Amino acid sequence: MNLDLPLTRNVRPDRSPTGLAAYEANGGYRGMKSAIGKLSPADCLQIITDSKLRGRGGAGFPTGMKWSFVPMEDASPGHKYLICNADEMEPGTFKDRLLLECDPHQLIEGMICAAYTIQADLAYIFIRAEYHRAAALLRDAIAACYEQGYLGKHILGSDYSLDMQVHSSAGRYICGEETALISSLEGKRANPRAKPPFPQVSGLWGRPTIVNNVETLCNIHHIIERGADWFQGLGLTEDAGTKLYGVSGRVKKPGCWELPIGTPIREIIEHHAGGMEDGYRLRGFLPGGGSTDFLTPEHLDLAMDYGTIGKAGSRMGTGTMIILDDKTCPVGFVRNLMAFFARESCGFCTPCRDGLPWSAQVLDDIERGRGRPEDMDTLARQVEFIGAIGNTHCALAPGAMEPLQSAMKYFREDFERHISGSACPFCDGGAH
Amino acid sequence: MPTITIDGVAYEVEQGRNLLESCLSLGLDLPYFCWHPAMGSIGACRQCAVVQYQNAEDTRGRIVMGCMTPASDGAIFSLSTDKAQRFREAIVESLMLNHPHDCPVCAEGGECHLQDMTVMVGHRARHYRGRKNTHRNQYLGPLINHEMNRCITCYRCTRYYRDYAGGTDLAAMAAHDHIYFGRHEDGVLQSEFAGNLVEVCPTGVFTDKSLVHDYTRKWDLQSAPSVCTGCAVGCNTIPGERYGRLKRVHNRFNAEVNGYFLCDRGRFGAGFVNSDKALEFPGLREADGRYRALDHHEALHRMTALCAAGKVAAVGSPRASVEANYLLRLLAGPDNFAPGFSDAEQDLAGLALRLQQQSAALVPDIRTIESADAVLVLGEDVTNTAPRIALALRQSVRNRAYELAAGLRLETWQDAAIRNLAQQQRSPLFIAAVADTPLDDVATRRMSLAPAQIAALGLAVAAGISGTAGDTPDAAPDDPAAIAAALAGASRPLVIAGTGCGSAAVMEAAASVANALCSAGKQAMLCLCVAEANSLGQAMLAGPDAPDLGELERRAREGQIDTLVVLENDLYRRGNRDRVDALLANCANVIVLDGLDNATTSAATLALPAANFAESEGTLVSLEGRAQRYFPVFQPREERRPSWVWLLACLKELERPEVHPLHHFDDITRACAADVPALAGITAAAPDLHYLNLGVKIPRQPARYSGRTAMRANISVHEPKQREDEETALAFTMEGLNRTQPGALLPWVWSPGWNSNQSLHKFQTRAGGPLKGGTAGVRLLQPGAALARGSTDTSASAAPESGNPAGLWQLVPRPRIFGSDELSALSPGLAELVTPAFIELCPADADSLGLASGDGVEVGTGLATLAVRINATMTPGCAGYSIGFEGTANLAPLARVELRRAPNWQRAPQLIGSDRGTGAGGSHV
Repeated sequence: MNLDLPLTRNVRPDRSPTGLAAYEANGGYRGMKSAIGKLSPADCLQIITDSKLRGRGGAGFPTGMKWSFVPMEDASPGHKYLICNADEMEPGTFKDRLLLECDPHQLIEGMICAAYTIQADLAYIFIRAEYHRAAALLRDAIAACYEQGYLGKHILGSDYSLDMQVHSSAGRYICGEETALISSLEGKRANPRAKPPFPQVSGLWGRPTIVNNVETLCNIHHIIERGADWFQGLGLTEDAGTKLYGVSGRVKKPGCWELPIGTPIREIIEHHAGGMEDGYRLRGFLPGGGSTDFLTPEHLDLAMDYGTIGKAGSRMGTGTMIILDDKTCPVGFVRNLMAFFARESCGFCTPCRDGLPWSAQVLDDIERGRGRPEDMDTLARQVEFIGAIGNTHCALAPGAMEPLQSAMKYFREDFERHISGSACPFCDGGAH
Repeated sequence: MPTITIDGVAYEVEQGRNLLESCLSLGLDLPYFCWHPAMGSIGACRQCAVVQYQNAEDTRGRIVMGCMTPASDGAIFSLSTDKAQRFREAIVESLMLNHPHDCPVCAEGGECHLQDMTVMVGHRARHYRGRKNTHRNQYLGPLINHEMNRCITCYRCTRYYRDYAGGTDLAAMAAHDHIYFGRHEDGVLQSEFAGNLVEVCPTGVFTDKSLVHDYTRKWDLQSAPSVCTGCAVGCNTIPGERYGRLKRVHNRFNAEVNGYFLCDRGRFGAGFVNSDKALEFPGLREADGRYRALDHHEALHRMTALCAAGKVAAVGSPRASVEANYLLRLLAGPDNFAPGFSDAEQDLAGLALRLQQQSAALVPDIRTIESADAVLVLGEDVTNTAPRIALALRQSVRNRAYELAAGLRLETWQDAAIRNLAQQQRSPLFIAAVADTPLDDVATRRMSLAPAQIAALGLAVAAGISGTAGDTPDAAPDDPAAIAAALAGASRPLVIAGTGCGSAAVMEAAASVANALCSAGKQAMLCLCVAEANSLGQAMLAGPDAPDLGELERRAREGQIDTLVVLENDLYRRGNRDRVDALLANCANVIVLDGLDNATTSAATLALPAANFAESEGTLVSLEGRAQRYFPVFQPREERRPSWVWLLACLKELERPEVHPLHHFDDITRACAADVPALAGITAAAPDLHYLNLGVKIPRQPARYSGRTAMRANISVHEPKQREDEETALAFTMEGLNRTQPGALLPWVWSPGWNSNQSLHKFQTRAGGPLKGGTAGVRLLQPGAALARGSTDTSASAAPESGNPAGLWQLVPRPRIFGSDELSALSPGLAELVTPAFIELCPADADSLGLASGDGVEVGTGLATLAVRINATMTPGCAGYSIGFEGTANLAPLARVELRRAPNWQRAPQLIGSDRGTGAGGSHV
């Protein structure tokens, strides 16, 4: 058993799923057994808080603190919910898929422990529409757990009961936003909700609800079983634990790896991803998915953790990098991303609904050689107008602006060449 | 009170308000779209952005939304900082990307909130050069026009339609910048309150179809404060006129009555004013049965002669003003004055008045109804009899949500958050009715019961509250104990009944429940609905001993009546046709004053054209006992005169001493108040003729009213002198001040920079609060003051009866919002929504008669022949009928009748979709 890389220890080279027997043979459900009936929910919460686990969905919010807002016991009688956010739709991100498809029981065990900690009685796995293979595996795994008595009434003979269901999304990026996910799960339009109130006090059906990312939940039982100190020891920097890192783009070996959190970016790209393909040079990269700011080769020696990447002007996000090489047009790159975010806006608030399509239209004009010098001012105003959290109803639009604003900073001359030359310099004759 | 700082100035603001509300209340202009004073905040449009600073040292600040930010003590904001101003301008620029800029041809132009906000933020130059999105418009019925391209996606329409009014057939569809607000397919909007979309929409997506087809800009409308005559709720309205035609009706804010919203009967039901059936000249019936037109002098002489000659009796009208009815009563004498109800309704209206006068319970206004935290409705389908109350009940069931929100310290304006928190949890609402009602979706339980069973249920509930329910069997399926517990456990319980189901026992039972609650120490509320705009006023005026129509018929038969004067009343709607024929035939002379030609005017010896509500002034007493004044919007055509003018002139010609001191309308009001104790308060309904605003009268026309000198140029280039209004404090002019006068005298709302109805907050004490000039109307029923607690008798005497005598069905009224009211059903758009008259039966009863839906059924022996509707919720043994519809006047509520399949019945043709002219992409304009 690999104690240093707990999340992927059951991932087989052929990516075949790990069944209940194999999972238990490799130490599975021990975390659950050490929690339910042995530790109080408050003890579990303390362990998670002490472990300094931060949410792996992108925002990096401390998990223990998030859970601590859930009213416990008599303060709020009635249902409580745990939701696993498996709506992995961030451009360039495929880390949760690995965990879902290769080791479904790991997620279920993590969820049982998390649900026990907040005393939820119903857990949902809200899974991306296209992840039908993972959804089927999870449904089978959940059925096996019910048979085994790991789910259902009186888990392990205790007073604690938990039901679990898989819900396949109808397929919108915004469903990955936790409050939009809740709206969607209630059968409503997938519009995010204003906070406060936070889901921890008024979430699904108006009841206390915790929404956590797949990777976050997969850590829970390991931490409860082995302790906060063990978990903190896994990280190379201030942050604790391991992290699934991914690289896509023109590298020799694109992929996804579990590494200690804080691994230097250069090691991830050059060692694990095998470096750039021959004939291509690294111009920049989005460190954590489509809604993070570009970093450039000068940032390669930074540690990949929340604080370091934040100080460099970007976000670690999902930890899955998208590479921009020197033969790919940065304007076209950003245009494609902007078109995606504009299309995925829920349409609730003005800056996102109308501002993103406008930005996408301007970028499209520039990319097609129809740009005008004043377009750079328009884009700059859009960045200011949409880019700040709080200007919009949720974080989608500010996230969408991150690649644009950093591209305008690092690749400004490319924009200007498009405009002055009335063509995309990366394409033959500028035509697409 | 918290103190906040805005742009360096400290302000005291009201506790529990958000910053946007606070700014508007302070008179500061902060643009907004999605927030609505009655619907709270959701933070969608981002238009009301301001900069908030953490503390005095913070110089950067961050952008927050005014509508989503509490105005809490010590908070520091800036509206005027460049950052906030540029952000607000950017929002309008974004909203304008796809807006068609079709203001010149848009019905909203000139009163468009989007225009106002665009100007306010200073957005002038357009930078976007992409294509605009375009949408297909839908046919939404005869009342509302749809033009989706103008939409700025503020979500107000669906929030109003679905969340506030409980509609289901209008929704936000699609996503990102393709959001579409409409129905899943073309068709008539189903909500009875859909018309408010016209005022809720901040631009021209939803517009008033009748206005679109007969268009006038808001600034060219002449308006006056008015009161809806569609039902007894007494919603305040602003009818607008141009070229002698009523163009539209807008809501007139009254904090205690209609607030911001009207029902569709009220908004679209005034079109009868423009009807070509309007009488324009007095008509005298000649020997050959034809009518000869008279001028008003001759008509008056004839009228006086007929009234002087012999014994005069009179029939008043619950749809005519207190003043006109009072003069009529003077003319005929109280003993010869029938109030003009049908015989069945006359007792019920009197009972409604008496029960409210005698109850210790509070008689609630609409706003107070919204505060009820447990409601029992007995027999009354309020959506169809007093529609605005139904909208209020939809808000009352949300009190449970506000309780939950208080537990999380959520402010009441956090609309989306509170709805998400409460989900389907609602305050108790129990409805007992003969069949389904449109409020069933928010009811805790709706029970189908015959009227006698409803009364019995009410008494059982009352007994349960009083603790005297010992001998009631617990197995009662309607579980009165649970209802009693819910009401007794509430802090503001409300009981609603009314004349709508035709049963005195039901009304008495409702009063018993309210009285039992009062005896148990609760401040209970009792609301008893009556049918027409002045039903309660008429009950107050006539008193319990007034003769009814049956009595007049008897006297006429015995030759005791020579001349019958009928005031604004089509008697053929009030009773059995044969008996009305007999009444009119046995009177030598029949004088009828009315606005439109109808069966009764056609039977008149002398028909006098009476001005309608938009052409005259008068006082109406609403179902809560609120006396309210309506004012003429424009001058009546030709020889039309307000009924009170005809009657006063006639009384003066007769040299009756009582009218000697009466010269003006106000004199009649005062005389009536002095003469009739129950109406003593009506003089306070509105200021009198002498009210001046800084020395001038109040203008009916806004300052930008145009074309005054050109309007008649095609007739004559000589401009006539503006007519002076000698009866009211309003003037037919644009000169004068419309600012701080009493709420009863507010003819329109406008403020510099605020051309739309959103300017209302400039006239309110705070955004969403009562008018600065005071709330219009005066309550004649002193709330809850009548009796000391505990002294009420809770043992009403409704004899419980069960089962039907073999082969007989009990007729129960099923009023309809569109069709049951006489005049609104004649309004063009609304008339399209009136269904054919019907009899409603439960499936088993229809089976037993061999009837299928759409078949004809004969009621009694020739009383009526109507189409059958099958309704699974109809109480067995009951036959619901469309009261007020043509062909139903012979049917009496609660009568037991035989039903049989009608021979030779022709099914009504069914309208198919293609008849509607729903051509693809058509705007239907």
